[in-house]
Amino acid sequence: MLNKNLYLILIISTVFGISFWIGFNVNLLPAEASINAPIYDELFKILFIIGLIIFIGMTIAVIYSLFKFRKRKDQIGDGIALEGNLSLEIIWTIIPSIIVLIIGLYSYNIYDRMGGMKELNHSHEMMTSNTEKIWAGISQVSNNDIASNNLSVEVSAMQFAFLFNYPKGEFISGELHVPVDHKVSMKMESKDVIHAFWVPEFRIKQDIIPGQPTILNFTPTKVGKYPIICAELCGPYHGGMRASIIVEEESDYKDWFNKNTKTEVSL
Amino acid sequence: MTILIDSPDSNNKSLQPKGWLRYFSFSLDHKVIGIQYLVCGFLFYLIGGTLASAIRIELASPISDFMPRDVYNQVLTLHGTIMIFLWIVPVVNGAFGNYLIPFYVGARDMAFPRLNAVAFWLIPPSGLMLVASYFVEGAAQAGWTAYPPLSITTPQSGQIIWIMSVLLLGGSSIFGGINFIATIIKLRRPGLKLMQLPMYCWAMLGTSLLVVLSTPVLAGTLILLSFDIVAHTGFFNPVLGGNVVVYQHLFWFYSHPAVYIMVLPAFGLVSEILPVHSRKPLFGYTTMVFSIMGIVVLGLVVWAHHMFTSGTPPWMRLFFTIATAFIAVPTGIKFFNWVATLWGGKISINSAMLFSCGFIINFVFGGITGVALAQVPFDIHVHDTYFVVAHFHYIVYGGTVFIIFSSIYHWFPKVTGKLMSEKLGILHFAITFIGFNLCFAPQHWLGLNGMPRRVAEYDPQFQFVNQISSIGALLMAISTIPFLLNIFLSIKKGKDSGDNPWNALTPEWLTSSPPPVENWEGDAPLVEEPYGYGKPISQENLIKKT
Repeated sequence: MLNKNLYLILIISTVFGISFWIGFNVNLLPAEASINAPIYDELFKILFIIGLIIFIGMTIAVIYSLFKFRKRKDQIGDGIALEGNLSLEIIWTIIPSIIVLIIGLYSYNIYDRMGGMKELNHSHEMMTSNTEKIWAGISQVSNNDIASNNLSVEVSAMQFAFLFNYPKGEFISGELHVPVDHKVSMKMESKDVIHAFWVPEFRIKQDIIPGQPTILNFTPTKVGKYPIICAELCGPYHGGMRASIIVEEESDYKDWFNKNTKTEVSL
Repeated sequence: MTILIDSPDSNNKSLQPKGWLRYFSFSLDHKVIGIQYLVCGFLFYLIGGTLASAIRIELASPISDFMPRDVYNQVLTLHGTIMIFLWIVPVVNGAFGNYLIPFYVGARDMAFPRLNAVAFWLIPPSGLMLVASYFVEGAAQAGWTAYPPLSITTPQSGQIIWIMSVLLLGGSSIFGGINFIATIIKLRRPGLKLMQLPMYCWAMLGTSLLVVLSTPVLAGTLILLSFDIVAHTGFFNPVLGGNVVVYQHLFWFYSHPAVYIMVLPAFGLVSEILPVHSRKPLFGYTTMVFSIMGIVVLGLVVWAHHMFTSGTPPWMRLFFTIATAFIAVPTGIKFFNWVATLWGGKISINSAMLFSCGFIINFVFGGITGVALAQVPFDIHVHDTYFVVAHFHYIVYGGTVFIIFSSIYHWFPKVTGKLMSEKLGILHFAITFIGFNLCFAPQHWLGLNGMPRRVAEYDPQFQFVNQISSIGALLMAISTIPFLLNIFLSIKKGKDSGDNPWNALTPEWLTSSPPPVENWEGDAPLVEEPYGYGKPISQENLIKKT
């Protein structure tokens, strides 16, 4: 009996070991380029490890049963008449409930850290019409002091393009240029059907809905060029509806901004 | 003594119905209707599978080169609609439900045989109508979700035919649901208690409740959508002041329960198959019943998790996250109970068993990604990407379709009196299992790294992984060959199976195979312990057979 328990402990610890090793060493995600991304990846890692433990454990249990309890040629008759085991069933009701509850609370915490539970910023400068009609995705609050000095961009989506209007510079761009480590606030509206604004490296996505402005805030942390992808089926050229977001040093951004702007306005 | 067997005389085959023409008639026999559902569903599965192959061929290269872009959108719309409404829902509910439920409750037919036949005969015309819409002005191309305003602005005739077809199929589904509820509640053999019913009855009771409660909402929604299209009303048209997000709420109020309409019957079927082939009682009957009902209740209040990026208030996101994640608890109980059913049994490793175990492994994987997707911050990144595509194929293909195949191997001797070839069956399982995982496992990575769903063209960096996925799809297509071969060869010259080749204790096996017209020659047997393996009753049964 002791021997049996020893084996069980050995197997369980191996499953845990393998799961943790894979969880910490296998990266399935793209580069992290916004404040959201490391928070998201932390949640992903935890869920990945818990998932691996359950999946590997269940798979081993199924395959082991198929081998161990397979019917041998000389065997007749039935297996044991075991109709249930209340204490076991209670255990595998309560333990998953606790795991699910912990995951739920933890992801609530993650969501809060991403700014999802924050009250919407009602003093949003572009919010001219009905405030209650504006819905938001993640409402990120920046971790640096420049946060108050938001960059505001108006996004309009149409079949099959994104247009970025810089109200301070009074120009419209097909590429989204943003300075690194600055909070960006976007008010998005669709001209025709539903689109979605997705930047995989930022781990953010928000639908762009006709007749219903939405808000998306983010803070890029890494200089580079990243794809903006439409993630909601919007018609035949949906797959081609892409744009680029260019995260650059503040000085580069200012140069670009000044080159495009009609009136000289500092950031 | 717990079973009263009215000793069916297996030599007397005169009562068994003959002639294949009855399968093309307006038959009122629940067994004929069950087979009609199955074969009709399988034909649509072949059509839907061909469309899936077309999608995977298109996606083998990063540019849109195999078909025009609007045709691609029609193909993916038809693929989703056909697989859901014409293959999985009718087969897992209609086919197995009609064939098995009257046996399980000890009845001679369903409660409303004529309604039953009507429910089936709605399916072929609406399915053909849907497929034919391609030749009118192009089929619907707004996805199976038909979100407005896209569904309002794309060519109208295809979308309207799509709506009509889904309405008819929904009607068929409701007729079936009412029939199952009535049969299970009112047509039970005297003396048979609810808690003695085989688990599939409970699964069908739960499923039918979901069908009856949620399908009318879909019907109402689609009727409003059709008004928007043909009468230019403004329910969901933002130009006229409509609200597109309201459509999503109404649509998912049906379409999330639809997931349970597709998987709960599979949960029931696997609960019948595992005990028979592992020679052990179903582990934890009572908790299984309660977990089915738990899934039914929770399944009705989780729909908004499909809309986390649509713009929903924070409190709503929190509620739907917790409710969705909690479905994992009753579902988990069922999976632990199935593994416990295997544990300590005497397992025959045959095609039915392999497909059932494949189901457990695939579904656990899909369930884990499901719990992850329920978490709002997780979902926001992967929503509407290939991660979601991979997740739901693990649920509906790796889960339900595996169980459909498992059930066909298990009940084929019941329907035909012939055994299927195990060699071909195991080959079928091996190709399907490898092909399926090769096709869908890599798609998780694609979604995480930036490939949205429903696209005909994509970033060239994803080409290699997409090609692996396409090879998997090719294997899945190939896997139907040994299956079809097996079916035809076994019907033609399969070995005689006898009445009860598996020595099963559930009531459908306690009559001749194939069964007589009204199921039993005498009174229906009273089966108080459908899972009494390892008990004296089962031993007696075994001795009698050998």
